[in-house]
Amino acid sequence: MAQGILVIAEQRRGVLSPVTQELIGAARAIKNDVGGAVSVAIIARDPASLAEGARLDGVDEVLLLPVTADEFQPDLHVAAAMQAVSERDPSLILAPHSVDGWGYAAALAVQADAGFATDVFAIQVDAGEVTAVRGAYGERAHALLEFPGRDRVLLALRPSAFPAAEGAADSTVTELSVPETAARSRHLEFIDPPSEGGVDIPGAEFILSIGRGVGEEDNVEEFAELAEQMQAVLGCSRPIADAGWLPKARQVGYSGKTASSCKLYLALGISGSVQHLAGMKHVENIIAVNSDANAGIFNVARYGVVGDMFEVSKELRQHFE
Amino acid sequence: MKILVPVKQAALVEDDFELRDDGRDVDPDFVDLQLNEWDDYSLETALQLKESHDGIEVVAVTVGDDDAEDALRTCLAKGADRAIRVWDDELGDADPVVIARVLAAVAQRETPDLVLAGTQSSDLGFSATGVAMATFMGWPHAAVVVALDYSPGAATATVERELEGGLRQRLEIDCPAVLTIQLGINTPRYASLRGIKQARSLPVEELTPEDLGLEAQDVGEQACGARVRKMYLPEKGQAEMIEGTPAQQAERIAAIVKEVMGG
Ligand SMILES: Cc1cc2nc3c(=O)[nH]c(=O)nc-3n(C[C@H](O)[C@H](O)[C@H](O)COP(=O)(O)OP(=O)(O)OC[C@H]3O[C@@H](n4cnc5c(N)ncnc54)[C@H](O)[C@@H]3O)c2cc1C
Ligand SMILES: Nc1ncnc2c1ncn2[C@@H]1O[C@H](COP(=O)(O)O)[C@@H](O)[C@H]1O
Repeated sequence: MAQGILVIAEQRRGVLSPVTQELIGAARAIKNDVGGAVSVAIIARDPASLAEGARLDGVDEVLLLPVTADEFQPDLHVAAAMQAVSERDPSLILAPHSVDGWGYAAALAVQADAGFATDVFAIQVDAGEVTAVRGAYGERAHALLEFPGRDRVLLALRPSAFPAAEGAADSTVTELSVPETAARSRHLEFIDPPSEGGVDIPGAEFILSIGRGVGEEDNVEEFAELAEQMQAVLGCSRPIADAGWLPKARQVGYSGKTASSCKLYLALGISGSVQHLAGMKHVENIIAVNSDANAGIFNVARYGVVGDMFEVSKELRQHFE
Repeated sequence: MKILVPVKQAALVEDDFELRDDGRDVDPDFVDLQLNEWDDYSLETALQLKESHDGIEVVAVTVGDDDAEDALRTCLAKGADRAIRVWDDELGDADPVVIARVLAAVAQRETPDLVLAGTQSSDLGFSATGVAMATFMGWPHAAVVVALDYSPGAATATVERELEGGLRQRLEIDCPAVLTIQLGINTPRYASLRGIKQARSLPVEELTPEDLGLEAQDVGEQACGARVRKMYLPEKGQAEMIEGTPAQQAERIAAIVKEVMGG
């Protein structure tokens, strides 16, 4: 019978991604309830060079799976992961719900014929039965998922949702050989994001961010003025940057910038999608203004205003003249 | 050549909503339906290829009940050549794995040269269907694509994937392939009034999983990767709600700003 947990590590440019430690942390927390060993699979051209970073508290075994590509490649990644699955026969597989995770987790679930859920932010184990919690409808509801009749489940875990594992362990290290597999895509190059043009979201202490609630391009100017008056750096959600209303350097979130130094984040007309929150939910003082009392942003905010961002803006300006 | 575009009629939950009696989903009385935002971009990608090359047919396909037909009409109105809707009530609990299996069966019948899915659905956001579909088909795939360079008939395409923090990865992929398209790759068009009118009279081909050679055990509950046991409202956060008129609210915000930022 399938037993134990297999964690699929993530690496890019020769470095383990932080989400790997979170997957290990999640595995460690439920290890005793799931039963069996925790193995971490490192899939890379030179997996041995990354092994140390995965020998963390709770990890019994690090599996080295050498592949013929430097960077993530779905065919090789799935073939390698399948090798680990067939050799260790885990009842639970943990993968990251990261951009690369989106590129292979579903393929692995299909090939391993596993129960499957993505964007999971909580795992429960009850008498050996795994259930998982994910969001739905822009985080306005949560869904508890079960996997009836499955002796193997793959969960793709939301980044930043599980505490990272810490503390070194003397986990064993085993190399497995990956069957020869054709890579049907080839990494050409990484392209770093364009330079910021003076906009410094990570360095800003006070950010005023606008989302789709702003309605149309012509309305953006008034909030740019408000931000200037308040001495805040103007930020935005992705749709505003995609539409070209503000430069990409102002986008906060998973595929944008992280508000690393921010003490105060004023979110106007932003719903609170997971990907936006990824860049700002850690900020201690979040003030959210949204016309929808059920907007997910209120679940991370310290202060909430249910109201119209235009009306609030008009009033606010009088305090910062 | 042919481009297959799987599209979803996504549910937009209203500000105030209730759960269904069985507690496993939102009550459909409280949702508005809309073409999934990501599918606007994948359809646009297909339409732009069609406009810049001769002889491309764009086929939109959805797995959904009667209400999903509107999503297909939207695609037709914007310029898709054909539309296919697959449904049977046994798909009511379908998860992305089952949807992908049905879509792969459609692809097997349509034999497209390229499949352009969305990166995720705006309602349930699995970010899984396109890649699962490719796996059932045995095709190469690339997820979260923000740029595409492809000439019909070419053996490879060059794409850019958008990674964390705005980093991009440029890669070459063998074709035919399934790509999942990310927001921002283009600017989706609006349907013209004329297009909308014309789309009303265009046919939508209706199929069942059975028509596609799928059996009940391929698409029923036991084929799903997961089952929703229950849905519930998230616990309210710790937010202190600032009440009052906009003037009073603004005054309080200003006080907090001054307190936190000093000055
Ligand atoms: C791989 C990937 C990466 C992504 N990366 C990012 C990222 O880095 N950053 C990011 O932001 N998104 C990102 N997204 C997109 C994300 O999923 C959401 O689509 C986006 O964050 C939504 O932006 P929004 O909150 O402004 O818009 P919406 O979700 O449309 O919300 C608008 C809000 O405004 C409110 N509103 C409307 N009118 C008013 C008014 N007059 N006054 C007050 N409130 C009003 C509404 O109630 C609503 O809550 C990413 C998505 C993917 C798939
Ligand atoms: N019911 C469906 N019918 C057709 N395509 C779908 C359906 N559900 C999801 N898709 C496709 O899969 C993409 C990603 O959706 P998801 O995996 O649900 O996040 C969508 O953008 C569509 O291209």
